[in-house]
Order: sequence, then C-alpha cells, then structure tokens
Amino acid sequence: MSPVPAHDFKDSRSPDFPTAALPLLQDAQLRNNLRHATGIIQGKRARVVGEMPDWQALREAGQRIRAHAHEYLDLYLEQFEDRCTAAGGHVHWARDAAEANLIVVQLAKHSTGKVIKIKSMTTEETGLNRALEAAGISPVETDLAELIVQLGHDKPSHIVVPALHKNRRQVRELFARTMNLPDLGDRPEDLAEAARLHLRRQFLSTPVAISGANFLIAETGGVCIVESEGNGRMCLTLPRTLISVAGIDKIIPRFQDLEVMLQLLPRSATGERMNPYNSVWTGVHPGDGPQEFHIVLLDNRRTEVLRDPEARETLHCIRCGACQNTCPVYRQTGGHAYGSVYAGPIGAILTPQLAMMERGQSLPYASSLCGACYEVCPVKINIPEILIHLRGRVVTGRPKALSALHPEAVVMRAMRWIFSNSTRFSMAQRVGRIAQRPWIRRSGWIERLPSVLGRWTRTRDLRPLPAQSFREWFHGRHESSAVLPQSSEPHHE
Amino acid sequence: MGGTNHPQSCHNLPSPTMSEIPLHDPMSARSEILARIRSANRGILGVDREPTADESWRTIPRTYRQNSSLADAGRVQLLTERFIDYGAGVYKCQSVDVAAKVADILQSRTKQKLLVSRDVDPMWLSQDGLKFVYDNELSYSEIEDCDGVLTGCTVAIAATGTLALCHTSNGNRRALTLLPDYHLCVVRASTIVETVPEGFRALEAHRLQPITLISGPSATADIEMTRIQGVHGPRVLDCVIVV
Ligand code: SF4
Repeated sequence: MSPVPAHDFKDSRSPDFPTAALPLLQDAQLRNNLRHATGIIQGKRARVVGEMPDWQALREAGQRIRAHAHEYLDLYLEQFEDRCTAAGGHVHWARDAAEANLIVVQLAKHSTGKVIKIKSMTTEETGLNRALEAAGISPVETDLAELIVQLGHDKPSHIVVPALHKNRRQVRELFARTMNLPDLGDRPEDLAEAARLHLRRQFLSTPVAISGANFLIAETGGVCIVESEGNGRMCLTLPRTLISVAGIDKIIPRFQDLEVMLQLLPRSATGERMNPYNSVWTGVHPGDGPQEFHIVLLDNRRTEVLRDPEARETLHCIRCGACQNTCPVYRQTGGHAYGSVYAGPIGAILTPQLAMMERGQSLPYASSLCGACYEVCPVKINIPEILIHLRGRVVTGRPKALSALHPEAVVMRAMRWIFSNSTRFSMAQRVGRIAQRPWIRRSGWIERLPSVLGRWTRTRDLRPLPAQSFREWFHGRHESSAVLPQSSEPHHE
Repeated sequence: MGGTNHPQSCHNLPSPTMSEIPLHDPMSARSEILARIRSANRGILGVDREPTADESWRTIPRTYRQNSSLADAGRVQLLTERFIDYGAGVYKCQSVDVAAKVADILQSRTKQKLLVSRDVDPMWLSQDGLKFVYDNELSYSEIEDCDGVLTGCTVAIAATGTLALCHTSNGNRRALTLLPDYHLCVVRASTIVETVPEGFRALEAHRLQPITLISGPSATADIEMTRIQGVHGPRVLDCVIVV
C-alpha cells in the first residue's frame, strides 16, 4: 500500500514563535479580525458565566471529573472499549499519529474516493487530511470555517473559530471563485446559503464520514459531539460508515458527567448557554444512522504528558478556546504564530509536550504569565504554572545544560516558587508593578527588560502590569457586577 | 528544575514511527498504550490505586445546582424566554387545543406535508388540508421532500432552552429532524425541568439510545462573528408548550 505520511506535529522547519509572529503582527487585517472576534466572544462568555451562581462549583466538579478519569484512565478505556464493542462498534488503538492515519486510511479506502469530515483538532494534530490525500481520498471539510480554511489552502487560526482571520469579503471572493458563483453576495447569510447547497450533495452522496469526539463515555461506550451548524449531525447520521478519532484523554466516567461538561463547554467556548446541537450515540443503532462505526483511540504522547506530575493536568483540556480569547499575546498575534495546531495558552503548554521539548521550545515563552487563562479555564488548568514548569524543562533540557546557577534557571526557579502559591503570586504582581516602572516606555509598553529577562520580552512588547491585576479585578468584579454588552451569538464545536 | 520523577531523556526520545512498528499489530498498540498509562499513573499515584474507581467517582464534589428553584409557571416562562433568545417561535395552548394550534402554526408557515415522529400523540393531528407522513423506512430524498417534521420531546431544559430527543429506530430516527427545513416540537409542561442536571437525570434511562439535544435552530458565527441561523439543520424551529 502507499505510504502514509505522518504529520510532523510541529514542523521542525517551521520558524519559532518570535520569528513567525513578526510578520503576523504587521498584518493589520488579521489583528482587526482577531480583536473583533475574541472581544465579542469574551464579552458573551463573561455574561453567561456571570449569570451562573454555581460556576465555581461546576469548574471544581469539571476539574475533579477530568483528574479522576485520568487517574483511572486504563480502566475507563477498557470499559469504553468493552461497551462500545458490545453495542456493535469497532475500537482501534493508535500509538501515534502515523498509526492512527494508517487505520483511518485503510477503513476509508472503500469509500468513493472522498470522505466527509467534521472539524476536529485531533485529526488536525495527526495530519489526517494529508494522509488521506496521499492515499487518493479527498477529505471534504463540512464545517463552514473549516471549509473556508480548506478552500483557501489555509490553516486554522483558532480552536473554536478557525477562520476568524478572514472577513466576509475575503470569504465571498473565495467561495465565488471555488464554487463558481460569480454573483454571490457578501452578506454572511449569502455565504452560509452557498455552503448549505454546496455541502448538502456531499452529505447525501458520501458513504464514509470522519469525526473527532468531544467526550467518550466509559460507562456506556457512547460518544458525544458538540456543535452548532448541523454538519456534525449530518456526518453522524447519513453516511453508511462513521470513523471517529479521539485522544485517550477525552474519556469521562459516566453519562451523568455530561451534566457538568455540557454546562462548562458551551458557555466557555462560544458564550452560549447551550450550543445548538449535541449528539450522543453508542456503537451502531440498527435502523438509525451509520451501520458501521469505528473509533480510533489515539495516544500520540499523551501518556508522556500523564507521566509529568506537574504538567499532566494539561490533559484536562476540553478545547473550549476561552484561554485564547482572553490571552493578550494570542489576541495580538493570532493562532498561526504558534506554528502548531494548538495555539494560545493551551497551545503554549500542549504543543511542546506533544511535539517534544526541543521543537516547541519557544512556545512556553509566548505568554506574559498574566494569569487570565487560568481564571477563565472551565476545568481549572493552571496554565501559568505549567508554563513556568515547561520553561524550566526547556532550560534544564538544553544540551550541556545551563547550570542550575544560570541566571535564567534561577529566575525560573523563583517564578515557580512564586506561582506555586497564590498569595505569593499576588504579592509578586504588586511588587512587579512598582519594580517595572523604570522600563515602561512613554508609549506605555515595556519593550525590553534588562538582562536575564531579555528572552522574555523578545517575543513581544510586554504590556506593563495593569494598575489592577486581573485577579484583583476579577475578584472585585463580583461586587460591581459590570453589565456587559449583548451581542450576536457565535457558535461552534 | 526538579519535580519530575522520571528521567528527562524520555522527553527527547522520538516516538516510534510506522516503519518501526510491525503492521497489523493492533493488540500490541492496545497493550502498549495501556501499559504506558499504568506506568505513568503508578509513578504518581503509587502501586495500589485506592479507592476503587467507583468509590473515587462518588467523592467528586457536586455542589453545583441540581434542583429547580422555580414553580411550573416559572419554568415555562424561562423556557419561553430562552427559545425567543435563540430565534425560535414559541406558542402556548391547553392540551385539548394542540391539534388546532399545530394546524394554525403550519398554515401561517405555509407547510402542508409534515413528517410525524412516532412519539407524537395522534390527538395533536388535525386533518384539515394537512398531510401527515409516518416514517415507514422512507428514503432520505422522501424525507427531504417533506415541508417539515413534527415531534415531541423527552425532556426540555428551561435554563438552557434545550429540547432533548431520544431516538428509536421505529419511526423516530435522527434523520427526520435533520433533513427537512422546518421542525415543530410539542413540549408538555410536565416534561420541563429547570436545570441541566435535572435534564440528565430524566435522560439516564435513555442513555443507550441516540440522543440529540437541540437548543435553537442550527447556527454559525464563523464569518465575522455574525450569527447566521440555519446552516444545515432545519432553518426554522417552532415550539408549542402544552400547559
Ligand atoms: S486550557 Fe482550559 S481554557 Fe484553554 S482551551 Fe483548554 S479547557 Fe479551554
């Protein structure tokens, strides 16, 4: 059979973060779109999270469910396999991206030369599309944003809104050209209608669909997919064969645990109380939907992440994208600068762990450690702490390691000490506000910090620590309960 | 930078590539992944994982809201507000008037030929000028050919404006509410709960069936964050609440 190329998860030739970010920072259009989109989602998220009196209790439960599931991961995966198989599904295991791609390609070979796909970060991670193409199978992306990305031979720039770097005129131009619709209007409605017609034929005529999964339910062997457009339901319902690819981290113990996850995810991801469609299915349902179901359980170094006590909570991530929308660095540069499928704060901690430290080395530095990502994370992943830890690994992992006395190693140790305790963290922020004064330029931005912190500021102009820290603001906010503007509803998986 | 209890070198080893893995060796992938998980967890949690998974699961704190604070009328009101928020149509009527209300709505929407899911009470159907079609192994194009679909729902969640449909293969399969461009759902007030956890308690008995949660018509905001309704599913969703 033809060789299946393994996706180089983080291309070793791709430039490091500072180099990749520079031209992107100069792209005014991208920055405008980014600020617009992330601003809207942030506002909506704050509104629907603010109305939940039990939000912190939900986060706590979410964190504990994820931590518990990973502590018993072997048992839950076996249970999932058992139940899914009993319900007529086929369970496959893949050690790495290449193995996952090989399995999918072999299963999809019986299709008509094409497969329909639902947006999935996991198949992005494995580079499945390239593997399918190499085997002569064209993957048709059915998500509006993914379709835009695919038709434009582009890369997604955001977990939840992959095409937010394109505005309506750019999308109109792309659709008019690729779908041969010279008279197409540029209202979002026109563009969605064009996609509806273009894709309906594909949904009804393609025998094989490929999806990711938001949650795998150990207790039942069921799979849950969260989406907005209905393209997911189309792919899960109409084709003869469905193949889902999911990281082993996606497991939740019981059906009941969805009551927590399905409250946390939509509010954090798109700022909705609930996304339009959630589907749950279990194996094969005779007379309803695909009569052949395969699920590929992917490791791809997740077990290595599990091994690191200080970073394993990275695997709690439910891919909501809230940390990206809130991150000042991400909002300036966009997703492409991270040179990886996973961008923003989560990308800065996940990519170097999945792609091995030497290739994601600059990413743990692509953050100002302001702590906003931690505050919004629905499963309470302490991203700043993990960043510090990974920076430590970058420093100690260098060839002929910089000694423990190297200034950067010393600073990182101090940082870890500070971040490991929230009182110390708040104190350090207050001290920092005073200590930074000599370096703030008249523009209000810090351009370079002295000596050992130079590497830190190389990635971007550092915004001075605000007069009120995010945490102080966040905690004060509840008293003043700011009214946030209502806005249109964004949607997505 | 201490703290990790495993050799640093494991982060620098390339993971095996396909060429190094014997093909058609699925059992070894399975046992290898499970072994890696066990060894990673043993290093952190110790050899004897106590308590059992079930005991440990039960200690997960669930101090979030699990019950209603609203009376019946309040739940109907909240559900109504949520539907309106999503751009869905909401109508209310007494149980004896459902057939007339359904006929009214269909007339104003100019829908004549409606699919009827098996969970629909025949009392909800009036015969004047309307054609109701049951799913007796219809083809996808026959389903698409209908003007819309009429269904009930298993439970409705007021806080999130969610309709939960539990599907069965005999006349209530998933494609029925997916291919037509219009969905009319009749909700009995007695099936309305306030919170998501109450909704999942009601779904527990159906957890092995296919379940679809519908919260407003399909939508996207992928282009400039502008909400567009009705991308692939039914573009219009109406709801009759039977009080
Ligand atoms: S790290 Fe947290 S906030 Fe970021 S995408 Fe994952 S779950 Fe969401």
